[in-house]
Amino acid sequence: MRTALCLVLIVFGTTGGEVSVTHAMKQVGEVQSFAIKSLLGFLRRALRQPWFWLGIGLLALNFFALLTLLSWENVSFAIPATALSYVTGALAARLLLGEHLTPLRWAGILLVSAGVALVTLGG
Amino acid sequence: MTSARTLQLRTYALLVPAILFAPTGNVLLGKGMRQIGEVRHYSPAALGGLFLRAFTNPWIWLGIGCLLMFLVSFMIVLSWADYSFVMPVLAITYGVAALMGHWVLGEMVTPQRWLGVALISAGVALVTRTPSSSKVQE
Repeated sequence: MRTALCLVLIVFGTTGGEVSVTHAMKQVGEVQSFAIKSLLGFLRRALRQPWFWLGIGLLALNFFALLTLLSWENVSFAIPATALSYVTGALAARLLLGEHLTPLRWAGILLVSAGVALVTLGG
Repeated sequence: MTSARTLQLRTYALLVPAILFAPTGNVLLGKGMRQIGEVRHYSPAALGGLFLRAFTNPWIWLGIGCLLMFLVSFMIVLSWADYSFVMPVLAITYGVAALMGHWVLGEMVTPQRWLGVALISAGVALVTRTPSSSKVQE
């Protein structure tokens, strides 16, 4: 039960956090100039976005949920679960951010997810 | 509005450093923490001492600097690119970490892990054939 709860928090924290950060950056607007002054301006505006801080909070939640899970579960069980966040990330991009995912992109994401599971699985 | 080709070039100009900064930062943090030594006691005094040693270790600061550079590149690229494009492409860091472990630290990388890296690379190759931003017609 507590393992399931931690896994949900890990996947929710990663996807929720990154989607919130993405939403914040889209609100700030496309970076057009790469001069130091305009990049600092971009960062200053980004740090004023509530969505950015929500995202950082959720990524911190993901980090602490992972640490907690690792205190009783093996690394080879806990880390491959992060592969699931590629699928939830794709779903959230489609449903929450309104991104258009072509079949080619879906195929790539599923391959990446399977690969991450294999890389992080023990053995 | 920036042209699709310029946008694609800019996307890679930020993703390549992001892909290098993230695993480098983690390796540096690992090196610093190993110098500090394994955590054995969890009393407030012991944890206080641990933080003090961590934050006076140059490798830890270099690692934090690399991870901050990663975060900034990630933020800039997401100001125009799709999350569903950036997220899978960044998974190539698992491959970079495997290569770094193999070449730099002389670690054993199992065939299963190389197979995983091959799958990730194939997946990234597919994703990079899609436009990085669905808001722009290519």
